[in-house]
Amino acid sequence: MTKLAGEALVAGHGAGPILRIDHPISFWGGVDPKTARISDPRHPRHGERLTGRVVAIAELRGSSSSSAVLLELIHAGIAPAAILLRETDAILALGALVAREMGYGDLAMVKMSQRDFSLLSEGRHAHVEGPRVALD
Amino acid sequence: MHLNDDERRIADGAEGPAAAMAMRLVAETGRLLGARRLLPIASAHVDGCLYHGDSGTYFAERLATDGGHVVVPTTLNVGALDLLHPERVKGDAHHREMSLRMMRAYEQLGCRPTWTCAPYQAGHRPAKGSDVAWGESNAVAFCNSVLGARTNRYGDFLDVACALVGRAPDYGLHRPENRRATVVVDASGLSAALCNADVFYPVLGTWLGAEIGAEVAAIVGLPPGQSEDRLKALGAAAASAGAVGLFHVVGSTPEASTLAQATQEGTTRTIRLTGEMVRTARDRLSTAGDGAVDCIALGSPHFSEAEVAALRRLAAGKRFRIPVYVCTRRDLVEKSDLSDLEAAGAVIVVDTCVVVTPILPVSGGTLMTNSGKFAHYGPANLGYDVVYGSLEDCVASAVAGRVVREERVWQ
Repeated sequence: MTKLAGEALVAGHGAGPILRIDHPISFWGGVDPKTARISDPRHPRHGERLTGRVVAIAELRGSSSSSAVLLELIHAGIAPAAILLRETDAILALGALVAREMGYGDLAMVKMSQRDFSLLSEGRHAHVEGPRVALD
Repeated sequence: MHLNDDERRIADGAEGPAAAMAMRLVAETGRLLGARRLLPIASAHVDGCLYHGDSGTYFAERLATDGGHVVVPTTLNVGALDLLHPERVKGDAHHREMSLRMMRAYEQLGCRPTWTCAPYQAGHRPAKGSDVAWGESNAVAFCNSVLGARTNRYGDFLDVACALVGRAPDYGLHRPENRRATVVVDASGLSAALCNADVFYPVLGTWLGAEIGAEVAAIVGLPPGQSEDRLKALGAAAASAGAVGLFHVVGSTPEASTLAQATQEGTTRTIRLTGEMVRTARDRLSTAGDGAVDCIALGSPHFSEAEVAALRRLAAGKRFRIPVYVCTRRDLVEKSDLSDLEAAGAVIVVDTCVVVTPILPVSGGTLMTNSGKFAHYGPANLGYDVVYGSLEDCVASAVAGRVVREERVWQ
């Protein structure tokens, strides 16, 4: 087991297999809020479903409505198990913060260092607890 | 993060539960971003009024029933309905009802029902150097770059939260030192014809978004005094293709009278644009080639008076064989007679746009546009193939019923 620690952008816990997204992605226009699948046909991970996975996102881009898409995923019970980022993203974190205010639950969001992010390989099982990330 | 006495009082509920929740969201986000304090803001533009699902409606209604009211002038971005032409939206009854509830909740909070992604062309123009909290990526890019007012990219929820408390976290583009260009993009190697063509600017924006992202660029080598609509198109495309919140165009934007002003005399790296780089960026905007086209979509961001006038000149005496959707502001439609465009076959859409709301036939097909933003989001949001071209190309294609594009300007 590999134990890593990042910065808890939004406190929470969750576990699941890693879905690694290296190509920049926008939640709005890039993730279908009804199915939690990557919906942009030009994205290399098109068709992958975020639900229940620890989603490692190298770079977010685009619309300021991405927080609304994340809130909708959490409200609908089809959110990722946790989200690991390489950069702080206030837009995405806000979706999780509003979910907490509205009583929909906590989604853990952790910012990782460059080095630790590179260890997040596709399919590896990850447990996220606050700032800590353990890889099986 | 330090809250002053007044801010702490609001967070503790002295102004009611809606203001308290708003202050918590603003402060918590500020903490995440490493801000040490909050700033007073002069205005807000709220993007959160577009329906993405029931959760957003519940959030707005919670604020409204908890007694929330904006404390600074606040405009609203597009909603998911065309309130002037409700029959044009194909969404099911649930979608319509929840969208309308959401739009009404934001009005109840005291926001102005402008319903446009180009509020800066509907009279909302904060002063240069003022701090504001704007949402919607194109509006943010325009506000920072073209107006010189200072905002970060405020996402849904944070935009209205800032409006409800009149504060925003002091970080990012609110701070003058972060507005400095760190990369110079030199367009002087491109042809004069290309730099004088409207069709170039969304492509330049697409390149900028994809290659530069959140860094601040200063673009040099373009003719000075670029029009507001070109800068709007550049920014919208840049903010779709990447996390661009601010760019400078030397000789055209207010913080870039000179390159030295844009870079604050700091160090930079330089990228020289070539015709090949531009053509590659252009080709990324299309998923289909020359051939059949089913409709034209114009107006992302919403068409301005000048853009409507340009379309009218091109369309005079013509008849479109396919629908031409023209997305624009309701205040423009309310003071203009657009019957000549409608007679030619244009479908005027207000309060929303065809990429965020189901207006196009669900059968799919190929859409042609002069908007980098429509081209970027069209395939995923609509399931349509996209062909990118100039406004002239779009009108010629609408008349011919197949894709007609002028290639010469790109050579």
